[in-house]
Amino acid sequence: MTLLQVEALDCRYGLLQAVRGVSFDIAQGETLALIGANGAGKTTLLRAIAGAHRPATGRVWFAGADITHMPAHRRVELGIALVSEGRRLFPSLTVEENLRVASARRRGRWNVDTVLDVFPLLKPRRHMPAATLSGGEQQAVAIGRALMSNPRLLLLDEVSLGLAPVVVDAVYRSLGDVIGEGATVLLVEQDLTRALQVAGRVVCMLEGRVVLQGEAASLDRDRVVSAYFGLRRPA
Amino acid sequence: MRVQRWTRTSKLFTAGTLVAALVLAGVPLVFESDVVQKLTTLLILVLLAVMWNALAGYGGLLSVGQQAFIGIGAYGTVFFAAQGVSPYVAMLLATLLAGAISVPISLFALRLRAAQFAIGMWVIAEVISILVRLDQNLGAGTGISLIQLNQYEPNFRQAYTFWLALAFTVIFLAALFFLLRSPLGASLQAIRDDEDAARSLGVRVAARKRLLFVLAGFGCGAAGVLVVANTLFIEPSSVFSVQWSAYMIFMVLVGGLGTFEGPILGAILLFAIQTTFTQGGPWYLVGLGATAALFALALPRGLWGTIEERLGLRLLPVGYRVVEARRDETAA
Amino acid sequence: MTVANAVLQGVFLGAFYAVLACGLSIMFGVMRIINLAHGDVAVLGAYIVYVIVERTGVPAFVAFAVALPVMVLLGYVLQLTVLERSLKSGILTPLLATFGLSIVIQNLLQLVFSPDVRSLGGSAGSVTTASWQVTSGLSVSALGLLVLVVAVLLFAALQLFLSKTRAGWIMRATAEDADAAELAGIDSRSVYARATAIAVGIAALGGLFLGIRSVFDPVSGPTQLIFAFEAVVIGGMGSLWGTLLGGIALGVAQTVGAQIHPQFAVMAGHLLFLAVLIVRFGGGRLVLRTA
Repeated sequence: MTLLQVEALDCRYGLLQAVRGVSFDIAQGETLALIGANGAGKTTLLRAIAGAHRPATGRVWFAGADITHMPAHRRVELGIALVSEGRRLFPSLTVEENLRVASARRRGRWNVDTVLDVFPLLKPRRHMPAATLSGGEQQAVAIGRALMSNPRLLLLDEVSLGLAPVVVDAVYRSLGDVIGEGATVLLVEQDLTRALQVAGRVVCMLEGRVVLQGEAASLDRDRVVSAYFGLRRPA
Repeated sequence: MRVQRWTRTSKLFTAGTLVAALVLAGVPLVFESDVVQKLTTLLILVLLAVMWNALAGYGGLLSVGQQAFIGIGAYGTVFFAAQGVSPYVAMLLATLLAGAISVPISLFALRLRAAQFAIGMWVIAEVISILVRLDQNLGAGTGISLIQLNQYEPNFRQAYTFWLALAFTVIFLAALFFLLRSPLGASLQAIRDDEDAARSLGVRVAARKRLLFVLAGFGCGAAGVLVVANTLFIEPSSVFSVQWSAYMIFMVLVGGLGTFEGPILGAILLFAIQTTFTQGGPWYLVGLGATAALFALALPRGLWGTIEERLGLRLLPVGYRVVEARRDETAA
Repeated sequence: MTVANAVLQGVFLGAFYAVLACGLSIMFGVMRIINLAHGDVAVLGAYIVYVIVERTGVPAFVAFAVALPVMVLLGYVLQLTVLERSLKSGILTPLLATFGLSIVIQNLLQLVFSPDVRSLGGSAGSVTTASWQVTSGLSVSALGLLVLVVAVLLFAALQLFLSKTRAGWIMRATAEDADAAELAGIDSRSVYARATAIAVGIAALGGLFLGIRSVFDPVSGPTQLIFAFEAVVIGGMGSLWGTLLGGIALGVAQTVGAQIHPQFAVMAGHLLFLAVLIVRFGGGRLVLRTA
């Protein structure tokens, strides 16, 4: 079953067009990696799906409903959660408060305790302000905060950015648990190897357009690399 | 090519202004003194609107305290005239005084932003008002007359005052026009659009804003001088009243914030409203306040800005088109 | 009056300013906007209490209990109709819109109630007149003490709300990063409307105290706004406890200034405010701090 469908989406910042006519869809339970160089429009696309950026034209469908004009907080209620690039925690709130402001009306397995079980490194930090956490801990809170709404679709924007490799491994191990639960995940990742490992399918963007998409297993790495850098455009 | 066009516009502006000024200069020769007095009031409104727009429209500085300079101009005139200077010389001295005082005030006020600047300026106006009230020589709280002007025959006096108002208006309009047309103008608009970005590009934000602030200090001081010359009597509660700011905001918002012609249009509109509803009164002020708020929310470019947009009409192109800086769109 | 007594009276006066400033501080902390009609809203609250007292003869405090929900609702509507729109278009628009609103409120009050001076002092019972003589030079008025106690309780209650309740965390989260809050499922519009509703309700409390302490007329608002803003700035913008202390500092400056010269009272407050601005120049802190 198709969970998310993006149809001919255009996103602009003033005169700058960040996303140009992008269409793709994600099936229930699928993990899809969005790859591409800096400035390819990945973050804008994710923000448009989450409702934080209003697209100029095009449509976004979620579970059969047109959500193009729905504000971000209503999409969270429907089951879309975005982990923003740069984590964007509420600095003066404690770890627990950061998690609990996000608990929406949706029922499911995620609550403060289950999130802390998946990210045990947060347990001793539970009552500390988010501003005092390390980068890895902050990333764990950011993912945990998104999980608190029991999302059907989890959007992850560069969760490994700025983190030590060991920490990235830990984050992805925890994510493995989440993905194993049957969640649908759309992730933006700079690290190609990791993206191809985690994702079932890959969409590659270049200068706001989708230039390549397919099953991760069936894609030839060289083809992905050339699409990534725009060395030659596949027909 | 660009330089050619600029030069032509500048020449057109100069010629147009001079012709308008010459025509207006004939007014006291033709009309009765009450008409002359009313037109002086109009010129004061134009001057105030243009100066407030210089601050807010081009400097992004929303002041609720320009009455400080109006008061300095008015009371400065009375003060210098009382020292035995000819009243018209006193008027020039008072204008210079207002401009001079705006320099030290700018050193401090321009460090403030948005609401802090707006209310900070208001408090400065209140402080100056209190100082005047404490001075018996300036009539304290009860007000004072510019008796030295009585030595002139009323018709001549009214004509002199009108010519002075005309001269001030032309001088300050021209000063702002050429300031905006100079390379400085582009950097001013950059500051207005995004102060931090402009600063990071190396624009000397503080110096540019100070220029506008001091210009507005001079201009509002000149308006204050004209107020006392036109009415002959002033008191702190009216000359330092925040009502002046309300008028300035109304004129600029309705006419067109950040457009050169808009404030002039706004001043003419306010003048027309004031002469139609001579009773004044609360309803008239309710209307002014509501209109200003409505324009701020629904028509931020004002009447002139909207006309420009719809018709592509630009009488006096002073710079690049500017778009209001938006807050984060996701606030919706 | 001794200096000690002047300071004590200043603390009482300052507690009143802190109540006036509280709503302004909340709105600035949550939305980074200053409502230039805040003083007029407080005066409007005083008039609503006045009308209820006149019509029914109940004491002012009872009338306030009736007026409060009206004012809270008014704040909610004000946010959704005027302020919400102004937030979206640059930092000058909220100032311009609320300045226009301020003129509208003042003159509507003028139309309905005439420019006459009113007071709620007569309908507040014995609290307006009772006082205790502590020493020969030091006296404590019941009203001053009442305002101080209410102010401290008010700020403590807000502190508890912001630090202990989920609704409070949501308000702080929205204040710190509205975009991230939306993405965490928080309806920022509704949070803003709640913040303004609370702010207007507290402004009405300020209006009640204004009416009981002294007199008011339709154009009393701007002066109250200036004092409230001075308290907010002196206390460090956006900090709640700072606003309480800022109000008290302003009150003390005014009463001590009055010792020097009666006309110097307001001036001393202005000078303290300008001095704080000079020291801290610009770029006020934008985070709603709760401690």
